[in-house]
Amino acid sequence: MVRAQALNKPIAGGKKAKKSSAAWGKGLVFPLLVIIIWQIVSSSGLVSVTVLPSPLQIVSTFYQLIISGVLLEHLQISIYRAAAGFLLGGGIALILGFLVGFSKQFESYLDPTMQMLRTIPSLAVTPLFILWFGLDELSKILLIAFASFFPLYVNTYNGIRSVDMKLFEVAQVLEFSRWKKVTKLILPSALGHILVGIRLSLGIAWLSLVVAELMGSSSGVGYMIMDARQFSQTDKVFVGIIIFGVVGKLTDSLVRLLEKKLLKWQTNFEGVE
Amino acid sequence: MGVKISIQEKNFRIEQERKLVLDDIQLTLNKGDFLTIIGPSGCGKSTLLKIVAGLDTDYRGAVIVNGRQVEKPGIAQGFIFQEHRLFPWMTVEQNIAADLNLKDPEVREKVDEIIEIVRLKGYEKAYPSEISGGMSQRVAIARALIRDPEILLLDEPFGALDAFTRQHLQDVLIDIWQRKKITMMLVTHDIDEAVYLGTHIAILSANPGRVEKLVPVELSYPRSRTSPSYQDVRQRVLQEFEKTEYEKYRDGEGI
Repeated sequence: MVRAQALNKPIAGGKKAKKSSAAWGKGLVFPLLVIIIWQIVSSSGLVSVTVLPSPLQIVSTFYQLIISGVLLEHLQISIYRAAAGFLLGGGIALILGFLVGFSKQFESYLDPTMQMLRTIPSLAVTPLFILWFGLDELSKILLIAFASFFPLYVNTYNGIRSVDMKLFEVAQVLEFSRWKKVTKLILPSALGHILVGIRLSLGIAWLSLVVAELMGSSSGVGYMIMDARQFSQTDKVFVGIIIFGVVGKLTDSLVRLLEKKLLKWQTNFEGVE
Repeated sequence: MGVKISIQEKNFRIEQERKLVLDDIQLTLNKGDFLTIIGPSGCGKSTLLKIVAGLDTDYRGAVIVNGRQVEKPGIAQGFIFQEHRLFPWMTVEQNIAADLNLKDPEVREKVDEIIEIVRLKGYEKAYPSEISGGMSQRVAIARALIRDPEILLLDEPFGALDAFTRQHLQDVLIDIWQRKKITMMLVTHDIDEAVYLGTHIAILSANPGRVEKLVPVELSYPRSRTSPSYQDVRQRVLQEFEKTEYEKYRDGEGI
């Protein structure tokens, strides 16, 4: 049976690829249906354009924003903020997560504080950050860093603590050095948790970006939305929302791709057909 | 040279109460001996093996391997667990090399050689989740062997496998043992396995674990399970085994 499985591999792979493209198609059915109904309702003039612009109008606004370069400019600064905040917060989270995961000493000194800070909503610290760092880039990046710190911290810590004791025993019998224990045992078994942490942190970074940009700025997709709201440009608001959704989904897919590549040894339940 | 096991006593502490698990175990193995250990469940045979491996150091006595006292686990006492315990994120060859560098030509050569011996050619790049239980256990054996252990300790290594795979792996093990001339200690609850593999069989009794009888097996390899001389030895071991079992029940223990 095992041999057959090994031989059938390329075939099984081909089948899988087909399946995933079919799943892709299925995922499109519902949004397409909604858009079609929406267009019909809008064209019939039942609702006012300021409340609900038609999909076609949104597309045309989208196009104009791209052509004029306005959208790209806002998107660039938004991505820069989110990335900088995520790298700062996530980087520190990885380091602290490792330290606290590895050492009981670090855990008893640091973890209680972390758990306390974790329960503070980032919205609550926003005023403080504005008071300390003003309304410019620094306060925004720090806010994003603060919010994206915790998911990665908790998951890194968890990952390191979830190493199988039985495999630790094996490492002992095989006389792994301390360094090899880290690189060959702890890191690979924590990797799954860490990647989940990265996904969550990226999501949160993107969410808090909106908070940061709504609290006062003169650029970014969040600002574009706020600005459009003041002039009742509902179509522009929609464009902003869509951009947030698309970029968020893209980054998440990127991490998932990484997950698939790095964790290809895992055989997990993939859901029933 | 060889292995000298001398355990005066080994206790477990269960809820403040001390329970004697192993009582006065004295075993001496010459280089190249294959000792199989059988006994009823709970007789402490796995504990005995863990002590020899250095995984359990909380006992009175000493284990000497080639003149050196065992104080902690290490590659000199290769250990095969009941489960294969492979690293799931490593391929077969990576698991065998483990902390050694596969790009090192010396390591590469040894890995290739051992893969040949445990008959895993063609599966070097497979992950543990892609191979069967019997193959996984062979990888685990290869992982221990590549480190040139002075003694190989096997804790019911084939217990979880089906009868056919088990017999196949027993032959693989004999083959390895004859090629490498390693001293081996194998714990099992299968009398047939003990007779088929061992140059000596230690029969343990339970509560506390004692060596009830040490039976030398003077049959040449490969052994035929159906030959009269084999059946003879098997019969003798079975009788001894039943005697210890019987005494256990007479004393109102067991089950």
